Amino acid sequence: MYSEIARARGLEVSYGGRVVWSDANFDIQRGEFVAVIGPNGAGKTTLFRLLLGLLRPNGGSLNVFGAPPRRGNPKIGYVPQSHVVDKDTNVEAVQLVRLGYAGNRWIPNLTPGRFRAEREATEEALRSVGATDLAKKSLGAMSGGELQRIFLAEALTGRPEILLLDEPLASLDLRRARELVDVVSDLVRTRDVATLLVAHDINPLIRRLDKVIYIANGRVATGLPEEVLTTDSLTALYGVPVEVLRDSRGNLVIVGGEDSHKDPQEAA
Amino acid sequence: MTNFGWVWWNWNLIGDLRVMLQYEFVRNAFEAGTVIAILAGLVSYLVVLRRSSFAAHALGHVGFSGAAGAVLFGVAPIYGLLLFTTVSGGSIALLGQKAAHRDVEIGTVLAFMLGLGLLFLAFYNGFATEAYSILFGEIVGISNAQVLFTFETAVPVLLVLGIVYRQLLFASLDEEVAEAKGMHTLVLGVIFMLALAVVISVAVTIIGVLLIFALAVTPAAIAIRLAKRPLYAVLISVAVALLATYAGIFIAFYEVEPTSFFIVTIVFAIYVVVRGGGALKDRRVRRSASPPELAATADSGPG
Repeated sequence: MYSEIARARGLEVSYGGRVVWSDANFDIQRGEFVAVIGPNGAGKTTLFRLLLGLLRPNGGSLNVFGAPPRRGNPKIGYVPQSHVVDKDTNVEAVQLVRLGYAGNRWIPNLTPGRFRAEREATEEALRSVGATDLAKKSLGAMSGGELQRIFLAEALTGRPEILLLDEPLASLDLRRARELVDVVSDLVRTRDVATLLVAHDINPLIRRLDKVIYIANGRVATGLPEEVLTTDSLTALYGVPVEVLRDSRGNLVIVGGEDSHKDPQEAA
Repeated sequence: MTNFGWVWWNWNLIGDLRVMLQYEFVRNAFEAGTVIAILAGLVSYLVVLRRSSFAAHALGHVGFSGAAGAVLFGVAPIYGLLLFTTVSGGSIALLGQKAAHRDVEIGTVLAFMLGLGLLFLAFYNGFATEAYSILFGEIVGISNAQVLFTFETAVPVLLVLGIVYRQLLFASLDEEVAEAKGMHTLVLGVIFMLALAVVISVAVTIIGVLLIFALAVTPAAIAIRLAKRPLYAVLISVAVALLATYAGIFIAFYEVEPTSFFIVTIVFAIYVVVRGGGALKDRRVRRSASPPELAATADSGPG
């Protein structure tokens, strides 16, 4: 019943002459919620750059919608990690969301039809992330959680079939992280959009996930959360003893492994 | 002088203007000033959004050596200005893709360029008055030919900016997403810096190299505090630049002090008022409202 969104076979990628990771195999189906987990510098953002067509693989094959990735694919919505929004960015949020819809066009919208289409897409995107009342608020005055919702809305205006979210939970406390995960999870279900979410900590996500891509030590493990997040599987991945512990409420703690990762090159 | 001063105090602005506009140099000043204020107000919004104010400042300084070189070789200063600012503006855009790196790169180019200017200055005798007008501007000395030249440069710059403004806005607010969408952010950056270079070159004739900040940056710094929509912010920015330029020329007609001084002072005064008002408002909001973080999540939290 699912159709395939992305597929990697024996994928290898290098950055600056160094192999980041190799021999990655995964499939992503329509409407799947996938967490991309791993230590800093393991190459999680690199995976996104590959899918976006901003970086070419070293070896192996990667297909997105049945073809090699290409830059500017309108079916991909992207929220990068390092958005530069400082206090002085006094621009109302709805303007950024609008640019997500048609900011790549030359010359402003002049016909009423286009203008209306843009407004409707913008309103719909804001509504679907519960940010309608943030539309007029200035970007510079927003909290981390509010900004993440606006970036989500910006990415949704193009009605993407894949969402790539890079560390959206990084600056949020646990409660707001859970709220944002709920918003994303709703989007995955209602829009049938395959979503890859990069995170450090699996716990806010774990009840909502369909699949985990775990990147560490130059290798990539993929599968169901209960398959990948086990002592055996992570020990094999890291190549050193790693233990996965579970508390009474089902939260996971991964012990060991963290210091055996490669150079911190995540930002690249 | 005082007599003229009394005419102004009558507040018969229309009458005063009619008197002033009988002079060709005043008409030229108003015409060139209008074009330059519109251009400067427009690009300054992007300068502020892109955090390129150091680049704007540096291009003015680089322009100084260009102008000095042109005078040395017996060419009109504007050609030297245009050559130096476009070449260095283009290089800045090509070199520094990440905003954080730009200051060092610009500073490096800047020091070299100022050194060149010093060399030209050393070669040329009797340069003082020319240098003075390049450094501080001389709008009342603008010729008909210069006015025409200003119009001729403004038209293509406005046209190009009109076409790329939306993309530039997007690339300035959200460069990584723009890049992922297949936009050519590097090319857009180069186009922006070239437009900025041209605008600064023509603006130097009005306000001078050292005071360029007042027209190429501050109007938008004022506007961005008053409007959250880019269109309104651009309009306010242009309005501030126009107001300061007109008022500056107007006052300078009656006073001995240089026009640039009045333009810079008016822009500065507006800036101080707007920032002061903003600070007051912030304090009042902070005192009366609950913490914004809590308020926002209470209203808009997903179920």
